[in-house]
Formats: sequence, C-alpha cells, structure tokens
Amino acid sequence: MAYELDTLSPNQAREITPDFGSGDTVRVHAKVVEGDKERIQVFEGVVIRKRMKGLVSNFTVRKIASGVGVERTFPINSPRVDKIEVMRRGKVRRKNLYYLRGLTGKAARIKEKRAV
Amino acid sequence: MSIEGLLGRKLGTVQVFDEKGRLRGTTAIEVGPCFVTELRTPEKHGYSAVQVGFGDARKVTKPEAGHLRASGGNKLKHLAEFRTDGSTSYALGDRLGAELFDPGAKVDVTSTSKGRGYQGGVRRHNFSGGPRTHGQSDRHRAPGSIGSGTTPGRVYKGTRMAGHMGAERVTVRNLDVVARNDDRGVIFVAGSVPGPVGSLVRVRTARKVAK
Repeated sequence: MAYELDTLSPNQAREITPDFGSGDTVRVHAKVVEGDKERIQVFEGVVIRKRMKGLVSNFTVRKIASGVGVERTFPINSPRVDKIEVMRRGKVRRKNLYYLRGLTGKAARIKEKRAV
Repeated sequence: MSIEGLLGRKLGTVQVFDEKGRLRGTTAIEVGPCFVTELRTPEKHGYSAVQVGFGDARKVTKPEAGHLRASGGNKLKHLAEFRTDGSTSYALGDRLGAELFDPGAKVDVTSTSKGRGYQGGVRRHNFSGGPRTHGQSDRHRAPGSIGSGTTPGRVYKGTRMAGHMGAERVTVRNLDVVARNDDRGVIFVAGSVPGPVGSLVRVRTARKVAK
C-alpha cells in the first residue's frame, strides 16, 4: 500500500499505541534531554489533529499554559515519546479542531463522549 | 577503505528516526547486490579499481555474456568501475552490498536528474523575468539583454538562455547515512537524491568531507 517503504525503514511501531483521536485529552510522556541528563516531561492537553501516515504518523496536542496557548506535535512512534495516556474522550464532529485556537475558557470546552 | 562505491537503485523518500530520536527526511537507496566483474591492477592498468555489475538484465549480448562468464555468468544490466586503494583484495564474482556504508558515514550520490524538457530562462537559470506592470507586454518571462551591440557583434558562447533542462548527471555530496537495513541491503541517506524513483544511482564514500 501507500507506505511500502515502512517495511524497509528502521522505524519501529510503538508496542502499545492507545486508541485516541481528535478531541481526546491525552497525557504525553516526552523524553527531554537537559545537559547530559534525560528526564520525562508530561504534556497534557487536547488532541486537535492526528495525521495518519503509517510509521511517521503524528498528532498535535494543545493546552493553555499560563494563559498562553501552546501546541506540540509528536510523531506517534518517536523513541522520544515514552508513553501516551488517554485521560478523557471528547465528542467532536470534525477531524482537525483548529477552531479551538480562537476560543478560550468556557467556549473551548469539549463534551465528553459517553460509552455506548 | 576498500572499494570506493557501488551501484544502487533509488527506492523513494521516507522519514526515519536517527539515533537521537529526531526525524530526518531521507532517501532510501537499495545498494547492490553488486558483483565484481573485472579487476584493474597497477601492474596491468596503472591504477587499482574494480568493475562491478548490478541489476538483472533480460538479455545480454554475446560479447557481454563472454565478459560476464568469468565472474559467474550473472546477467547484469549495469557495469561501472570504482577505484580502490588496493588494501583489500577482491575476486571475480564477489558479492558487495550496503554493508560498505555504515550509519554515520558521509556519501556522495550520483545519478541522472529528472528531465524537465525545454525550459525558459526563468525556470532554468533563475532569471527574474521582466516587470509585471508599468505597461509591459510580452516581457514577463523574457531573458532580458543577452549581450552588447555592434562590439562584439555576437552573443558569447555559454550565455545562459532557454533550452533543455534536467536529465543530466548530478552528484550530491556529503549526504549523511542515517540508517541501514541489513536484511534488505538498503541505506537511508539524509536529503534528496537526483532522479526518479527506481533510477540507477552511484553511491560512493564522500570525497570532500568538511573538516
């Protein structure tokens, strides 16, 4: 199929990739190198985009940090992403939630998806 | 250093994580398998080199078949010569591949670029074209002046003009080898490589590495 070079590339798929999508609130445990030390930094926010591109798929998480909107894009299979935890399922009607960038506070809330 | 380079095939582009976990845009190249078809020695030819063959040919001519017989009779499509420093000895029929290029090394990649057909000066030589406004007509992509007047009374040879672009031999130097797939004999070099997917490429150890 479209990603035939994935079978040749040294990129490894994550052992457990949680099922998540746009609108979900996730906690990304990212490895950060500071000087010669490596530590885990947690980035928690709403997934506003998920691009499926085989082994190099990525997703963007948005959060409000000290009143400023911050977005970080992570490759799903990056060795520098330690763990992805799904905190909350969001109910949204579109794939890319760019409209959240113009909203703050109460207006930027996302309804929780109830289990069926 | 043993043999300087090998032939291979461009497979396409893909992003690969490097040893630091960064994503690098790379081109996948299937290197070899190449088979040694002839040896050049200082005693006989005045320099050391190895001729290698690569790829399956549907048919070979009788003279080609006779040349290939000494190295096992594989029907090889492409033959090319690469210099060696003489420190490693090769035998006819030896099989060489991607193991020559370790991740972290730098390589030069040579190939035939994609043909662009007949192109104007703007696209071919990055000319600026003419003004778009101020009463200009039919001069938007014109090349401008191509020389002086009565003296010298001719256009100098080599003046850049419209013409055939691409489909020429291009070498890209000092590409990083990011990763290697030993099972499939594929290397991943950072950056782009001339030519369409599937084209024949020459990969060789970089000659001019920055200090």
